[in-house]
Formats: sequence, C-alpha cells, structure tokens
Amino acid sequence: MSEQELPMAGDAQEPSGNAAGEGPPPAPRQIEASSVRLVTTLSVAGALAGMAIVVAFQYTKPRIDANAARELAAAVTEVLGGAKTYKTIYLEDGKFTAEPRDTAGLDKVYVGYDPNGQPVGVAMEAAEPGFQDIIDLIFGYDPAKGDVIGMKVLHNLETPGLGARIATDSSFVDQFNDVSTPLIGVKEGQGKGGHNEVVMITGSTISSRAVIKIINDRLTAIQKPVDAYWSTIAGTSSTGQQSATTSAGRTTSTSVAPVAAGAVPSPGGGEL
Amino acid sequence: MRDLFWIFVSSMLVNNFTLVLFLGLCPFLGVSAKVATAVRMGMADIFVMVITSVTVSALNAWVLPHAPYLKIIAFIVVIASLVQIVEMVIRKVSPTLFRELGIYLPLITTNCAILGLALLQTSKGYGFTEGLVYAVGSGLGLTLALVLMASIRETVELASVPSIARNMGLVLIIAGSLSLAFMGFAGLFSS
Amino acid sequence: MRETTAQEDLLRGIWRENPVLVQLLGLCPTLAVTGSVDNAVVMGIATFFVLLGSSVLVSTFKSIIPKEVRISAYILIIATFVTIADMVTHALVPDIWKALGPFVPLIVVNCIILGRQEAFASKNTVWRSTLDAVGMGSGFMVAMLIMGSVREIIGNGSWFGIPLFGGHYQPWIIMILPPGGFFTLGFVLLAMGWKKGREAEAVRPRRWPHGVTTEVGGPV
Repeated sequence: MSEQELPMAGDAQEPSGNAAGEGPPPAPRQIEASSVRLVTTLSVAGALAGMAIVVAFQYTKPRIDANAARELAAAVTEVLGGAKTYKTIYLEDGKFTAEPRDTAGLDKVYVGYDPNGQPVGVAMEAAEPGFQDIIDLIFGYDPAKGDVIGMKVLHNLETPGLGARIATDSSFVDQFNDVSTPLIGVKEGQGKGGHNEVVMITGSTISSRAVIKIINDRLTAIQKPVDAYWSTIAGTSSTGQQSATTSAGRTTSTSVAPVAAGAVPSPGGGEL
Repeated sequence: MRDLFWIFVSSMLVNNFTLVLFLGLCPFLGVSAKVATAVRMGMADIFVMVITSVTVSALNAWVLPHAPYLKIIAFIVVIASLVQIVEMVIRKVSPTLFRELGIYLPLITTNCAILGLALLQTSKGYGFTEGLVYAVGSGLGLTLALVLMASIRETVELASVPSIARNMGLVLIIAGSLSLAFMGFAGLFSS
Repeated sequence: MRETTAQEDLLRGIWRENPVLVQLLGLCPTLAVTGSVDNAVVMGIATFFVLLGSSVLVSTFKSIIPKEVRISAYILIIATFVTIADMVTHALVPDIWKALGPFVPLIVVNCIILGRQEAFASKNTVWRSTLDAVGMGSGFMVAMLIMGSVREIIGNGSWFGIPLFGGHYQPWIIMILPPGGFFTLGFVLLAMGWKKGREAEAVRPRRWPHGVTTEVGGPV
C-alpha cells in the first residue's frame, strides 16, 4: 500500500527538486545505486542516533538514579518511623545477607537504622492485584514486636476518590503505624478492638482488603528469614553494621555513618 | 502473585487495551464500521501481538540488559520489520482483507497497541509465559472491543441521528459508553 | 495542492487543521493522559519537542535520504528524539513520567509526527518545516490543554492541581476515568460539528428534515 503511494509522493516532490537543480536524475539513479546507498544511509543515521542517545543517557542517568534513590529513601524513612539510614539485604538461598554473590533477580528488603545506629525495623516492597490493577506498596515491619509500623502505597490505578484513598486517606493509612500481624480487615463499626484490626474504607472494601492481603502474603512468605536476620543484628547494637550506608547514603546519610562508608561495597553501586 | 489467569482476565477485560488504556484507537475508530472486517483486524492484531510478545521476551532477556537506552529503538525496529512480514503474508493470502483494511495495515506499525504491549510487558516485568498470556489476553480484549463497536455501529448506521453527530463524535460517545460498561469488570477477580 | 504562505504553515495547525480535533490523529495520548492538566502539558511539550526536532532533521537531510528507506530513516530519527524526551522527562519530572506510563515512549508511533514528516517536512525547506512543526505541535498542545482542562475541572474540581470550587463541589470522577476521555472528546467533536453546521447554514440556508427526527435516534 505504502509502496503504491511512493510514486505520488515522488511526483509531488519533483517540481521542488527541479528548482534545487537535482530533480530529474535521482529517480532512476536511486533505484540502481540503492543497496549500498540504503545501507550506508541507514548505518550512518543509526550511528548518529546511537551517539545522540548515549550522550543524553550519560547526562540524565545520574539524575534518574538520584531521584529513584531519594524516592526509595523517603519511602523507607516514612514507613520506618525514626529511620535515618537503611541497608539493602538480599534473600539468597533462603537467608538474608547484605553481600550476596550476585544481586540480580534476588528478593530484597531494607533494614532501617536510627541516628544511633540501632535497627528500627525492616521495610519491604510488595505488590498484588487490587481492584483495577496491581497495587505497589512498601511497609515497615518491626520483627522485635511482630508489628507492622507503617505503610505507603507507591503506585496504584484504583478508582480516584474511592479505591485510590488507600494511598491518600490518612485515617486508613495511619492505622498501619502500629498494628499486629497477621492483619484483619474489619468494616467500620464492626471491629472488636483487637490490636491487629484495620478498619477498611467504606465504599473501597476491595482495595482496602487488597492492601491488607498484600502485607499478610508478603509477611507469610518472608517473615522467617527476616526474623532470623533480625536476631543476628539486634544484639550487636552499634558495632558498625549500620556503617554500610546504602545508595541513599550517597546523598543524605554520609554524616550519620562515616565510620566505614568505604569499607563495604555499596549495594547501590553493586546493582549497576 | 503473577497468576496467569489474573493476567489474562485483567488484560482482556479489566484493563482492556482499547477501552481502558486507550491503546490502538486508530483501528478501533477507523476499521470498526463492519463486524466482518473488525473480526479480521482483531485476528491480525492478536497474531502480531503474540509475535511481538515473544520477540520482546527475547530482547528483554538478552539484549536490553546490556543497552537499556536502546529500548524504544529496538522495539520499534523489530516490530516494524515484523509487521512488514505480516503485511506481505496477508497481501498474499487474502487480497480482499488487504484491500479492506486500507491504510490501516501499514499503520499497524504505528499502532500504539503493538508497541504499547511491548512497553507494558517490559515495565510489568513479565517473562516469556506471562508475556504470551498477556499478549493473547490483550489481543482478545482488543478484538472484543472492535467487534462490540462494529456491531453497535452497524445498528446505528440505519438510525437517524442529528446531523452534527454524523462524524466521529457519535462514535466516541458510543466508545465512552462501552468504556463505562467495561469499568464494571474491575474488581471481578481480585481477592 | 496550492501553494501555502509561511504564515499559513504556522497557523493552520493550531486550529483550522488541528491535528487532533480536525484530523483526528494522535488520539491515544489525547485520551489517555488528559486526566490532569499537568500530565497533558508535559505530554504536549514532549510531543512538541519530538515533532520539531524530527521535522528540522528530516527537512535538512531530505535530499540525501533515499526514498526507499525514508520511512525507516524517519522512524529512526523520531525514535531517537523520543528516547531523549523519555530520559529527560524521567530525570526532570519523575512523578509525571510515572503517571504518563508508556505514553512518552509511544510518541514514536504518534501518527501526527510521522504524518508531518511524510506530508510536509520531506518536501519543504527547513524554515517552512519548522513553522509547520511549531504550528502542529501547538495545535496538539491546544487539544491537550482543552481536554485536560475540561476533564480536570469537572472531574477533580481543580486546574493545574489548584482547587477551584472550594469544598462543596462534588467532582464528577467519571470525567478523569477512561470513559470521561471518550465522552469529552466526543462532545468536543459534536460541538465542532455543530459550529461547522451553523457556518454552512449561514452561507446557504436550508431546511432539511432528517436529523431532527428522534424516534430511532433517541436511545442511541
């Protein structure tokens, strides 16, 4: 189809081509000399395009990475109350470790530390289908008490004004600041006062229940290794564990843990 | 978590490519006057989407990890070549269909549904199987939307509507009503 | 086709031959990202940038691009600008970039851009192509602004995120949901059809019964 339109486009171009002084010959010449010229033109264009993209990539990459790191740091801080720095740990062979052989494809969570170097909790990301599409969230978990200590919805496509309130309605979100696990969703006015109850948003029960299910499922899956890892760091207090300040540390937390910042390879750097 | 059944239902109904995500509107508005054409257009779409999905899985697995910045160019180049091949095949196999689809066949290259599938499959992190299910679901959803639209337009064809609505305005309002109906699928298969 | 003046090249895209509202091109982003004016404007700027850049390059190199591979060359040029636009948007406005989802990369398949290369930039001087790209880009922007404003004001009671009506307004959420996109564009097109009809009537008054009867058309 487009081939058939070519001649027309060519005809229309001819007059202007004539004016430019190279009109009549091109049509036959192009067809003969084509293959070499076609390949050359496209290769040159491709090379130039590649160069332009790589240059733009070099300029924007640091900024994009910094934005992502800042966003993650802000989310971790928010769901872990007093955390000032965090460290990424990876689930390798059923155990969490800060220095896996290869970070690619491994599940990971973030351990938050307060300014004194004491671990305050573990932040983990989780995602599952909600009402409309996948809900992405991050929540803070305190292994010492077995409680959820904060929740933030990172991305959702729930109905604005209804389901999307799981991200914005503080009366719902704040309930996750101190609640025992496993969570139970209750409708407004039907709670029995249990410490693990979360009152769901009226009119957005499916989205609310999805949030609760996401957290429960995630904990069921990795609570054991998280608790195990926690028991190894909770007793050690401020022995320098926290010095492995992470990608967030590049911008914000160098002042907090200057001790051995260079001694431990930054997980953020290791991922690149 | 990435339950294949959920991916299928979600991509076909809840997050229908055309009516909810607004991908592939050109054929949806342009080739939806007749049911028969709509069905064939939908089939062509499913076919191209499945090929695209497999290709994208391969690109994501072996090429793009080394050169993430080439994502858009790699997708568009590979998809454009594929569509060329499909075009040649259809021209050979069914000249009638080829004539009827008019300019929309070459335009499948510039069809957002195909590139959209590639990008969404990547951003959702779907692997080979998930991607395949996603492509089939999305393609079926697209076909469903096309056929529904064509059925309604065939009926409306004979109706006497105000002259101002004899352009795309009416079609878009029908599309809006369909989209409204598809909102009812939300939450159907969630927890 | 008759010759056009430079002024026409610049102005026609903005309204008379508006790529979205008149030519019905590039509808996907017009419907998909106009739930808020912020998103619509960022999308408009990105598209404008890609269109302008591609038009300038294509018109500059039109004589050395062989006809047989011109579409591939155009797509390569467009894809390059889109990749750059995508990365810059990601770096500068990460939140909006996230909200736009796949639609920034999808500029590459926006019919407006390839259409302008094929129909105009490949046949005209750099200067004229620049004017044409600015005009068409602005026209796209105008459409995005109209759609975004209508949808955000009615659907969220705000404009550029600034609340307009105080707390008493109950927003029509449907307007910022997918159906609202179709309805808004549908009604904009109906309004334009109505305006066109009135203009035609003003030139040649006539009475024409069809289109007035409603017994069948009503429920549609």
